[in-house]
Amino acid sequence: MRVGQQMKIVPASDSSLLVVLGEAVSLDNHERVMSLFLGLQRLNEPRIRNLHPAYASILIDFDPLQMSHDEAVSLVENVAAQGLSHYDRAVNIVTIPVCYDLEFGPDLRDVANHAKIPEREVIRLHSSVTYRVHFLGFTPGFAYLGGLPEALHAPRLASPRKHVPAGTVAIAGSQAGVYPVDSPGGWQLIGRTPVRIFDPGAMRPTLLEPGDLVRFSAIDRTLFDATVQR
Amino acid sequence: MAIRVIQPGLLTTVQDLGRYRYSHLGISSGGAADRLAMRIANLLVGNPENAATLEMTLTGGTLEFDEGSIVALAGGVCDCRIAGKTAPTWQAVGVSAGEVLLCGGLKTGARLYLAVQGGFDTRPIMGSASTSLAGNFGGIEGRGLRKDDLLGVRKGSHSRVRTLKPGILDALYSRGPIRVTRGAQHDWFDAEAFDTLLCSSYTVSEESNRSGLRLQGEPIPSRVGTQLLTEGVSLGAIQVPHNGQPIILFVDQQTTGGYPKIANVISADMHRVGQLRPREPVRFAEVTIPEAVRLLREREEWLKHIFQY
Repeated sequence: MRVGQQMKIVPASDSSLLVVLGEAVSLDNHERVMSLFLGLQRLNEPRIRNLHPAYASILIDFDPLQMSHDEAVSLVENVAAQGLSHYDRAVNIVTIPVCYDLEFGPDLRDVANHAKIPEREVIRLHSSVTYRVHFLGFTPGFAYLGGLPEALHAPRLASPRKHVPAGTVAIAGSQAGVYPVDSPGGWQLIGRTPVRIFDPGAMRPTLLEPGDLVRFSAIDRTLFDATVQR
Repeated sequence: MAIRVIQPGLLTTVQDLGRYRYSHLGISSGGAADRLAMRIANLLVGNPENAATLEMTLTGGTLEFDEGSIVALAGGVCDCRIAGKTAPTWQAVGVSAGEVLLCGGLKTGARLYLAVQGGFDTRPIMGSASTSLAGNFGGIEGRGLRKDDLLGVRKGSHSRVRTLKPGILDALYSRGPIRVTRGAQHDWFDAEAFDTLLCSSYTVSEESNRSGLRLQGEPIPSRVGTQLLTEGVSLGAIQVPHNGQPIILFVDQQTTGGYPKIANVISADMHRVGQLRPREPVRFAEVTIPEAVRLLREREEWLKHIFQY
């Protein structure tokens, strides 16, 4: 499998390129995106201002007074030619404790009804698999997690909530995630974690980074409260 | 020294030139909406151009200085007063201990910058003093200023103030169309769509802010039935949602999006987007990427020659 297979590079603006590696959400595309992203990141190129991987693409923002679009294209092609060598399978595995109380997961019942299974089965399924961080976006630290069991696939809310508290665990379609900061949100809310997902002053400001693996583990309300107070 | 907020104005935040290298964590670059005015304000008081400034929005604030200081105001047209006397903008002015700086409503433009010699003293987060309202961090507790906030100022060590050459700013906020290059999904749109974008006039909606400017006008037809996979989005991207009403993604944008982008504002015109007011008309004109880069290079060259000493 080559990284550059079907690679399409288009200018997105006078200071950026969009590298498109595929047109679907797949593990294959994710590995190619991650290899190219990590390879570009390891260049430590000061003229590159931002690198943004997503499901099947990378946006590269650079200083156009220091680097031309042609130079940026060459950089991408060189790293892509190194194949999957930058992809690291031994990634971080992060376990996130979740309290699935109805107070924190007001949509748990709807998700259970939609899936025609009991609520405890929703909880069991949600905390039974290993997810992969495809990329971050939406708000600081919001990780789009792939790997949600098919039985739990449920539509987005018809109208988004204006306020979802930080730490809320949610699902929508085939995706799972945790809201890192208070924000609006259109996903189905099923629980809350006491763990801080986004800590702007920390060395690693986000708990999750692209490529990380994630598991959820159910905790009760007592442990949730004790963890929050710590 | 410290500056006390008597009235914060509509939305006043601490901003510098933004934070980079964090977009893959969902963190947008942020920073001043009109970076050109912000940089000039800093240079006028002898600061490095990335020193933290205050960005005031549509209605300025009222601030009390506990020590004498040198400040510069730049950006939209605004009546400003120091101790009751008219204070000129776009030049360094002195404020004495105990005096109050009052900035009124902006008559033209949307943002006014206040630079103080030494720069505002806030803790940098991820390399920048800029306030992220979406992430609740940076600046003063990640929020807009409130009454009675105290703002620290760094010591400005013997920095020399500068003066602008007369008439040099005339071309800064040209009334011509905002120039754009073709966007990442330009091939999703046909000639009719480009005609609509480039030949009609849009109005900036009231729902616009630092994250994005929603425009109202002739809907832009896009390819139906095609879904874009969520991807990273560039600053100034003009995305077209299903209703055809374009949105300019701006400094505090979400870092990813799922709508096709027809065009992208050029770097050399980005400061003008920061001065667009709600209900203001806006038109677009297309340039090539080499042309856009040339315009940016000329702008940076121009900036080196606008001061007389």
